[in-house]
Amino acid sequence: MSAAVRSVVLTVLVTVLGTGAFWWGTDGFSAFTAETARRADILRAPRPLPAAVLEDQDGRVFRLDDYRGRLLAVEFIYTRCTTICRSLGMAFKQIRDRVPPDALGREVALLSISFDPERDDPASLKAYGSGHGADGEHWRIARVRDAAQLQALLEAFGVVVIADRFGGFEHNAAIHLVARDGRLVEISDLEAPLQFAQKLAEAL
Amino acid sequence: MIAALARPQVGLRVLGALYLLLAAPPLRTSLEATMSGHMLVQIPLLAAIGFVACRLLPEQRQERLLAAGGGAVPYVVLAVFASTWWMLPRALDDALASPTVEAAKFVSLPALVGLPLALAWRRLGPIGRGFVWTNFISMLAVLGWLYIAAPLRVCNSYLVDQQESAGWLMVKLALLLFAAWLGSLFVGGGGSPALSAAEHVAPRSAQSRDCGPERD
Repeated sequence: MSAAVRSVVLTVLVTVLGTGAFWWGTDGFSAFTAETARRADILRAPRPLPAAVLEDQDGRVFRLDDYRGRLLAVEFIYTRCTTICRSLGMAFKQIRDRVPPDALGREVALLSISFDPERDDPASLKAYGSGHGADGEHWRIARVRDAAQLQALLEAFGVVVIADRFGGFEHNAAIHLVARDGRLVEISDLEAPLQFAQKLAEAL
Repeated sequence: MIAALARPQVGLRVLGALYLLLAAPPLRTSLEATMSGHMLVQIPLLAAIGFVACRLLPEQRQERLLAAGGGAVPYVVLAVFASTWWMLPRALDDALASPTVEAAKFVSLPALVGLPLALAWRRLGPIGRGFVWTNFISMLAVLGWLYIAAPLRVCNSYLVDQQESAGWLMVKLALLLFAAWLGSLFVGGGGSPALSAAEHVAPRSAQSRDCGPERD
């Protein structure tokens, strides 16, 4: 093989392999960030969630598994959050308002989980809940006291929490849908609560 | 430093030490703690290690490798693909989340970016080098701009303000490199600012062969 032919053949080969690697690595040129990848991944393969014991705004202890058989909307928050959790709270409220009243609680529930159990005691959870219009029954605000359980839960949901310089946190905020079988089936943008409510209505 | 690198044995040892230092937890985690440190210090250093290591190889071995790979062009294309990969926000997140991806980063940057570039570089004429520079500079500028303008956090592992400062650094670096490259066109006749140091490492005897026609 002459040098020129060899060069052309290998260039084509590298280009094909490189393009293939990018295709594979970005889910067909669609997911360039870990966040879009996480959402696409969960749509393809709903994810089972680890067992977690939670404590709600009234100090009641319950399990994530207690929601089996119902559709569950989950968001992750911390109560001192002044920025993105506000939008999350508003989005959750919009979703709650669009669930048919007879389905609320029986078929559909909402759960805000705090990832800052150290500081988010039931009192602050309650304050956060009433600030966003949560009733504490069909929409509960809860924390996971056990650090290992919380970490496992965050990992299963794909939520990354990092401390910022002001004593707060930054985290990938989204609305998560847990199906009746207890698996995480879909992650929606918090800018699109109405679409999420639509999906809930379809799943009823 | 240059004098030490001129002797391959010493140079390779220095490089090996630098590589281990980069891989060791204290420096690795501190560089990866910020987006700028990760993208603009650690990743370029890993590629640079591969580049310099390649230059320290015996001349004949470099020639054989170059010939086996089909000359300069396939190597440049390989380096472009591999370096672009590590500019993806997702790749940065994955490297932090998975030890396998982290290891892949430490292997692929020297082996698939630095080494092929070093092999190809001496064979590239002004146009080839210009392609590599403009491709790299424009990618840096565009990506930097995206990081500044993105309304969202592109990396789950980094804060928004880190993303923004990394973006600004990338844009500034792109401007700086562009100016340096442009300057070198007038002053150095098509050389490159950053790589001119590495040029000294290569024995000058190779230069005569560079310009000759490719033998089969």
